[in-house]
Amino acid sequence: MSPDLLLLIGKATLDTLRMVAIAGLIGALIGLPIGVFLATSGRGELFPAPNINRIVGLIINALRSTPFIILVVAIIPFTRLLTGTSIGTKAAIVPLTIATIPFFARLVEAAIREVDKGLIEAARAMGATPPQIVFKVLLAEARPALTLALTMTLVSLIGYSAMVGAVGGGGLGDLGIRYGYQRFMPDVMLVVVIVLIVLVQLVQSAGDALARRFDKKSR
Amino acid sequence: MTQSVPHAAPMVTFTGVYKHFAASGSGAAFTALDGIDYSVAKGSITGIIGRSGAGKSTLIRLVNGLEQASSGKVQVDGVDVGALDEAGLRTLRRSIGMIFQHFNLLSTRTVFDNVALPLEIAGVGKADIEKRVRPLLDLVGLADKHSRYPAELSGGQKQRIGIARALATEPKLLLSDEATSALDPETTQSILDLLKTINADLGLTVLLITHEMEVVKAVTSDVAVIDRGRIVESGRTFDVFTRPAHETTRALLSGLPGSKLPETLARSLKPAPEAGDRAIVRITFFGATAERPLVSQLISTVGTEVNIMAGTIDEIGGEPYGSLVVAYAATPETSGRAERFFTENGLVTEVLGYVA
Ligand SMILES: Nc1ncnc2c1ncn2[C@@H]1O[C@H](COP(=O)(O)OP(=O)(O)OP(=O)(O)O)[C@@H](O)[C@H]1O
Ligand SMILES: [Mg+2]
Repeated sequence: MSPDLLLLIGKATLDTLRMVAIAGLIGALIGLPIGVFLATSGRGELFPAPNINRIVGLIINALRSTPFIILVVAIIPFTRLLTGTSIGTKAAIVPLTIATIPFFARLVEAAIREVDKGLIEAARAMGATPPQIVFKVLLAEARPALTLALTMTLVSLIGYSAMVGAVGGGGLGDLGIRYGYQRFMPDVMLVVVIVLIVLVQLVQSAGDALARRFDKKSR
Repeated sequence: MTQSVPHAAPMVTFTGVYKHFAASGSGAAFTALDGIDYSVAKGSITGIIGRSGAGKSTLIRLVNGLEQASSGKVQVDGVDVGALDEAGLRTLRRSIGMIFQHFNLLSTRTVFDNVALPLEIAGVGKADIEKRVRPLLDLVGLADKHSRYPAELSGGQKQRIGIARALATEPKLLLSDEATSALDPETTQSILDLLKTINADLGLTVLLITHEMEVVKAVTSDVAVIDRGRIVESGRTFDVFTRPAHETTRALLSGLPGSKLPETLARSLKPAPEAGDRAIVRITFFGATAERPLVSQLISTVGTEVNIMAGTIDEIGGEPYGSLVVAYAATPETSGRAERFFTENGLVTEVLGYVA
């Protein structure tokens, strides 16, 4: 393989990492409070708002059931508004982020709901305010599960980021399509696939290790 | 009703308290508490005992406002709990500690940080938290475990941490919801001893609910028996134990070791005597009668055919107490002699039945 190609692969890997990191960060930052809200706003819960809860739930479901590739196309005007373009790495970050939010929010909701109700009761009995319960009890106790949720989100983001390549998004997917498929260079395709596998493995192992460190239950 | 400190203002008062739970389907609302009038004396260890579903947890949760009464009034140290807003409730809760059946410790916090949690919540500074938590860990005997996590502790140790945590904000009242139900008898005893120490040394009022008579017997000074949302009997623990009036109380008491008849005897008991039958009678001794040689007097008065079937000597609320089950001929003259002897000596007796 020529040095030029290797350079291309290196650049594409960095692009992918950039897309995953930025979309993951923003998506998680927005998805986290939404997930907490979903888990705590039912009837008789910490911040009871069952109607808003239902509406947010519907929006999340709608976003999650939209195939990613259709989402990418459907929000092009919005993407253009934000980034001034509809192709390239920068543009791809917008649909990636939009897809991350509902995905991560649902995982956060599940993680928070897993926290023992007795702990909420104990905190209430201590005179904790609802925000104190969220920060000192729910988020703290859910930390191992949240770490795994973030890991899972990043892994799917790597997959999605390869998909945006198909619509000119840049990164490893883009490289694989343009060289591996259109110019028929199977070796490039192979390297792209291997790099993706290694990335997923690294993220998963790091996430698992971190979650294990946070988990004080099973020791 | 007698209370241990009748002159002091009560720590908790329930006045005409009802609690209805809205039915989840189309069915009628469920009445969990059906007119509770009761007060918990300051400085007492008061037990509320009842079967599963009797309304114990609901009742205790009204005290710190985890649940609101449907009607009636709950007062803690003179404060009407139902009249407090959320901020008022939070202040009240910081003056009431609570311990739980399943401990409810945070798994991601160390022992030290678990005990520190109520202080953090109350906005106490780091240095003061340190000063407060150390002696508490000493008190419950777990100072060496301060940087362990709950998963590394035994059930009894977890409950000790639960107690230390409940005491962190220096409450005047400690609520215990089945705090020993998940523990073995020996560990239960050590936790109850700890509660006694805390009550005696810190002057803390303890309100505990349980379905175990042993727990009530071991630590409480006062007891109330709750059945289907009503308090059916209450008073000094010793009085309720030695002179149970309600059948729920008797049923709960019958599970105590020592009050149980031998299995074969219990099975052959008949409610009414036939010719030649013997009467089975439980005699309860307490106070002064526990110290007199009544058994030999009974035998010389009633006749030598008195048989001892079961017996126990124990202590309830610090007072000596004995129970003896005897059998004698169920003839009019023997029974007459026996009853006269019981009345003359002020003995409390109960005819359990008759056997052939
Ligand atoms: N939130 C609720 N909604 C509906 N019914 C409830 C609720 N909480 C309690 N109940 C009902 O009220 C009754 C009393 O419940 P409670 O938990 O006070 O019983 P308990 O005496 O503590 O029983 P246990 O010994 O099993 O803990 C039960 O029949 C229960 O089903
Ligand atoms: Mg209960």
